[in-house]
Amino acid sequence: MNDFASQLVTAILVIPLFSAATLALLPSYRMGARLNVLATLLGFLAAAGLLFSVRPAPGSYLLVDDLNIVFIVLNTFVGFTTSVFSASYIGHELDHGRLTPAMLRFYHAMYQALMFGMNLALIANNIGLMWVAVEMATLTTVVMVGIYRSHEALEAAWKYFILGSVGIALALFGTILVYMAARPVVGEGLDGMTWTVLISRVREFDPGLLNIAFVFLLLGYGTKVGLAPLHAWLPDAHAEGPTPISAVLSGLLLNVALYAVLRFKLLLAANSGTLTAGPLLVIMGLTSLLFAALMLYRRRDIKRLFAYSSIEHMGIIAFAFGMGGPLANFAGLLHMIMHSLTKSAIFFAVGHIAQVKGTQRIADIRGLTASHPWLGWSLVAGVVAIAGLPPMGVFTSEFLVVSSSFTRAPGLAILLVLGLLIAFGALLARLGSVAFGAPEGGSQPVRASYAPMFLHLGLVLGAGLYLPPPLVAWFRHIADLLGG
Amino acid sequence: MRGIVFDIAHLLAGSMVLLSFLLLYQNRLYALLNMFALQAFVLALSVAWQAYIQAAPHLYVTAGIALFFKALLIPVALHRMIRRLGIHREVETVVGVGPTMLAGMSLVALSMAVMLQATSNADFLAQEDLAFALAVVLLGLLIMVTRRNAVSQVVGFMSLENGLVLAATGAKGMPLVVEISVAFSVLIAFIVIGIFLFRIRERFDTVDVHALDRFRGERE
Repeated sequence: MNDFASQLVTAILVIPLFSAATLALLPSYRMGARLNVLATLLGFLAAAGLLFSVRPAPGSYLLVDDLNIVFIVLNTFVGFTTSVFSASYIGHELDHGRLTPAMLRFYHAMYQALMFGMNLALIANNIGLMWVAVEMATLTTVVMVGIYRSHEALEAAWKYFILGSVGIALALFGTILVYMAARPVVGEGLDGMTWTVLISRVREFDPGLLNIAFVFLLLGYGTKVGLAPLHAWLPDAHAEGPTPISAVLSGLLLNVALYAVLRFKLLLAANSGTLTAGPLLVIMGLTSLLFAALMLYRRRDIKRLFAYSSIEHMGIIAFAFGMGGPLANFAGLLHMIMHSLTKSAIFFAVGHIAQVKGTQRIADIRGLTASHPWLGWSLVAGVVAIAGLPPMGVFTSEFLVVSSSFTRAPGLAILLVLGLLIAFGALLARLGSVAFGAPEGGSQPVRASYAPMFLHLGLVLGAGLYLPPPLVAWFRHIADLLGG
Repeated sequence: MRGIVFDIAHLLAGSMVLLSFLLLYQNRLYALLNMFALQAFVLALSVAWQAYIQAAPHLYVTAGIALFFKALLIPVALHRMIRRLGIHREVETVVGVGPTMLAGMSLVALSMAVMLQATSNADFLAQEDLAFALAVVLLGLLIMVTRRNAVSQVVGFMSLENGLVLAATGAKGMPLVVEISVAFSVLIAFIVIGIFLFRIRERFDTVDVHALDRFRGERE
C-alpha cells in the first residue's frame, strides 16, 4: 500500500513534467489543449488517490503530510478545471489572432511546467528544493503574463519579474539562514534543510538567527502571496496575462507561497526563544485587507478589480492564520479553499465576458444578465460569493474568522469587519452596473465551457450549506497541527 | 581558524562589497557591465577558495558557473545587445550619487550590526561571510531601486544574486548550492533571452518611473 502511495507521489510530479516536454513538441494546438486537460486530470486523480491511501514515509526530498495534502488536492483540482476553461478560452484568442499556434504550444508547455513547479513546492520536504520549485513556478507565470507581447503585457511581466525575483532572492537568504541555524545542531549536509528533521530538532536552534531568517522568508514569500506593502506586481500581472493564468495565479500560486510562509511559521512556533510570527501576519493581513478594500473603489478594469479582491482575501487568510488557535486556523484553511474556488470561477466568467465584449473596462460592460444570461448570472453568483453573502461558503469561512477574532481581539475584529464591509460595498456597486441594466458592448453568443465555473460555484454553495462531518474533522485536525 | 585561510576569504568577500559600491555610482552602462563582470570574477575566486578550504569539490561547479556564465557570457551578451538595440548608454538615476552612497553605507552598517550579532555562535568564517553577503544583497537592492533603465536593474539583480551565492557557499556544507546557482543562472538567462526575443527596444527607453506611473493609472 505504501508502495502504491509513493508511486502516486511520483505520478503527481512526473505527469506534468512529461506533459510539458510532450506539449512543447506537439505541433497541433487542439491536441495540445486536450492533452493539457488530460494531464491535469491525471494529476488530480493521483492527488485524490493519495488522499485516500496511506501516506508514504517522508524521504529526504519529498514529503506528504496532513498539511500539504489539502494544498496538493486543491492545486491539482483547480489546475484541472482551469485547463478545461483554458481549452475554450484559447480557441477564441486564436480566432481573433491574439495568439498564434506556435505561442500556444509554448503556453501549454508552460502551463504544465507551472503545475510541476507548484506541485513540487508543495510536496518538497527540503526547504532548498521548495525554494527552487517556487522560483520555477514564478518564472513560468512571468513568461505567460507577457505572452500577448503588448506594451502593457510586457510592462506587467517586467514588473512581476523584478518584484518576484527580489522576493525570491530574499526568501533564499532566509533559507540559507535557517540552514545556518540548523547546522550546529543537525550537522552538515542534506539534513540541515530537510523539513522533518528541522521541525523535530528546532528547539535547540539559535533563536536570534531563526528570527532574522523568518523576517527574510516572510518578506520574500510574502511578496509572492501579495501581502500589502509588497503587492505591487499582482494587479498588473492579473490584468494583462491570459485569463486562465489569472485564475491559476489567484487560485493557486498565492496559496503555494502562503503554504511556504505557514511552514516556516510552524518552525518558529516550535522554538520557544523566537518571536511569535502571528502578530506579523495579522498586521500584514489587516493592512492588505483594508488597503485592497479601499482600492476596489477606483478600479476601471474588471480583471484588476478581482486582482485587488485577491489581495483582500489573501489578507483575510493571513490574518486568520496569524491569529492562530484551532478555530481561526480552521477558518483560514476553509477560507483559502473557498477563495481559490470562487476566485477562479469568477476569472472563468470574466475571461469569457472580456472576450465577448472585447474589453476589460468596467464602464463598457453592461447588462450581462440580459445579453448573456449564463455568464451574467454566474458572475453574479461568483461576486455574491466573494463579497461574503450567505448562503455561499465564503460567508461561512468569513463568519468563522470574524467570530473567532471577536472573542480574542475585539479591536482587530472591528477593523476586519470594517475592511470586509468596504470591500462588500465596492464589489456590489460594480456588480450592479456590469450585470444589470441595458446591455452594452458585443452581444454575439459565446462558445464557453460553463462546466468548470458551475462546478466551482456548486462546491462553494455546497460548502456554505453543509460541511460534511468527515471534512470538518479532517480540517480540525490540520488546524490543531498549525497551532497558535 | 584566524589564519591565512580566513584572511583570504575575508579579502575576497570584502572586495565584493567594495565592488558593489563601485556599481552603485557608475553612470555609463558599459562601465557598469565591466564592474559587474569584475564582481562575478571575484565571486568565482571566493567560491573556489571556499571549495578549497571546505574540501567540497562540487563548489568548483558553482565557481565555474560564476566565472563562465556571469563574468563572461552575460556581460558579453548584454554588451552586444546594448549595441544592437541602440539602448541609451547612460544610466538614469533616481537619486543623486551622494545620497545613494550614504544610503549604501548605512545598509552595510546595518547588515554588519545585524548579522554579526545574530551569528555570534557560528564560526568566524561563516559569520563574516554572511555579513558581507547581506551587505551585497542589500546594495544590489539599492541599485535596483535607484536606477531607471531595465539593463541596470538587471545588473542590480545579478549583483544581488552574487551576494546570495556568496552566502550559500559560506554556509559550510549547505546542500543544493549547485542546484540553486544553476536555478539562478536559468533565471538570468531567461531575462536576457527574453529581452532578445521580445526585441523590446522601446522598453529600455521607457522603463522608467514615468512610464510606470502612466501604466499604473490603468488604461483609459
